[in-house]
Amino acid sequence: MKWLTTKRIFRAGLLSFSRNAFVSFASVLVMTVTLFTVGITLFAGVILGSALQELRNKADVNVYFTQDAPEDRMLELKASLEALPEVAKVEYLSRDEALAQFRERHKNDQLTLSALDELGDNPLGAVLNVKAKDISQYESIAAFLKDQQSASTGGASIIDKINFYDAQHRAALERLQYITDSAKVLAEWIVAILILTTLAISFNTLRLAIYSSRDEIQVMRLVGAGSFYIRAPFMVEGVLYGLVAGLVTLLIFYPLTWWLGGATGNFFGGVNIFTYYMSHFFYFFLIIIGTGVLLGAVASFLAVRRYLKI
Amino acid sequence: MIYYDRVSKIYADNSVALEDVSFSVEPGEFISVVGHSGAGKTTLVKMLLAEERPTTGSVFFESINVHEIPLSKVGDLRRKIGTVFQDFRLLPNKTAYENIAFAMEAAGRAEAEIRSDVPHVLELVDLGDKMNNFPNELSGGEQQRVAIARAIVNQPDVIVADEPTGNLDPVNTFEVVQILKKINDLGTTILLTTHNKGVIDNLKKRVITMDRGKVIRDDKEGKYIL
Repeated sequence: MKWLTTKRIFRAGLLSFSRNAFVSFASVLVMTVTLFTVGITLFAGVILGSALQELRNKADVNVYFTQDAPEDRMLELKASLEALPEVAKVEYLSRDEALAQFRERHKNDQLTLSALDELGDNPLGAVLNVKAKDISQYESIAAFLKDQQSASTGGASIIDKINFYDAQHRAALERLQYITDSAKVLAEWIVAILILTTLAISFNTLRLAIYSSRDEIQVMRLVGAGSFYIRAPFMVEGVLYGLVAGLVTLLIFYPLTWWLGGATGNFFGGVNIFTYYMSHFFYFFLIIIGTGVLLGAVASFLAVRRYLKI
Repeated sequence: MIYYDRVSKIYADNSVALEDVSFSVEPGEFISVVGHSGAGKTTLVKMLLAEERPTTGSVFFESINVHEIPLSKVGDLRRKIGTVFQDFRLLPNKTAYENIAFAMEAAGRAEAEIRSDVPHVLELVDLGDKMNNFPNELSGGEQQRVAIARAIVNQPDVIVADEPTGNLDPVNTFEVVQILKKINDLGTTILLTTHNKGVIDNLKKRVITMDRGKVIRDDKEGKYIL
């Protein structure tokens, strides 16, 4: 009996899907737009995430050593910095390397280079370049360095300057943190509003599709059909809309990501979305098809409900 | 079998659709309810199908107060009452065959039964050759005959026909009434509402006459008198 009812429900849903071709086409189209938006936000999230990460990676704190600081003490400091849980990476730049880097950076600036040559000696100290795991952690790293600096005041401190305490550098760091945090929050809001709007549009389209069947639902009711027997074929139809729209969306993303892949790969952050799509296809499949199927089933379930009250 | 017990229906705007209506219908009877438009005939039918609730009074079908049946069980009641409407109310996306089959499926009947009974009732209403046509491919008279076939296929105890000839020409009206008479001869109770004088005068069956929500006559072998 159960099997017979199930078979009839699926047959009725499939028949209605194919016989109301125009309504089905319109519903699938609107749902495809919804699922496409969901997909786009997934991709945008990945690109934005990696761009922000890239931006955050630009932040650092430099420790400038005095010119006569012994190398073993500098490396000792480097090791103790690396032991800190907040620290992601520490790079040591010897005096010579610092000079070479300085020359490279100012290779088009003859005035500075000739001033440097005038000095004869290397005026630069060695440098430690510290990168934290998160921008907010620079404060505590700087505090640790300051402690090191003052602890060695008995002898001579090897640290000449910590650029975190430069007002300008600090302001830039704070600004970077503010920008990346706000960009993230803003993006989350835009995504939420976009997804909610498009879900509402899809929801309404299905409601309208079922609204056009309201007389039919009443007739079914009057010939004695039970609520479930009336509702289930509409849900099957809704699920079919979602399924077809989901497959169409996944299909559209294939050439689209392939076409945009190169451009996004060269973009700040460097994620090739085609490669990402291919490697995460199962994840996209689950989210897009799942959203479509769920949306179709829930929207149909709710839309039919109001016409069953007789 | 059917008993209207002092039924009144007053809408929110104080318009009175039914006022203190009482009568009963015996098994196997062919009863016609006549009256002008707005006399309350359709409201009476809707009460029996639990589509509308009375403001006061009760409607009983086989000793059960139909308005005490929970919404989830109303389908059981409706499957015992075959209904035919003025506007046919067929499912537009289903063929004649599927429309009738739907009523059987809703009643949980087996596929084999459906395959044998549907062509049989379609033959009975003389539409054996139109079973694969959709409603929009059928004439008004043919659509109404499909609706009658749908109403009788589950062998209900009673058929309620609400203005079944309202949209039909005289020839189709005659045919539909003949089919209803044939069904009644086979033992099914018929409750017919109409304002067609010709139909009533030819039937020579019990007639209840209504005017402005009240029963004003109840004649055993009645005529259309208004």
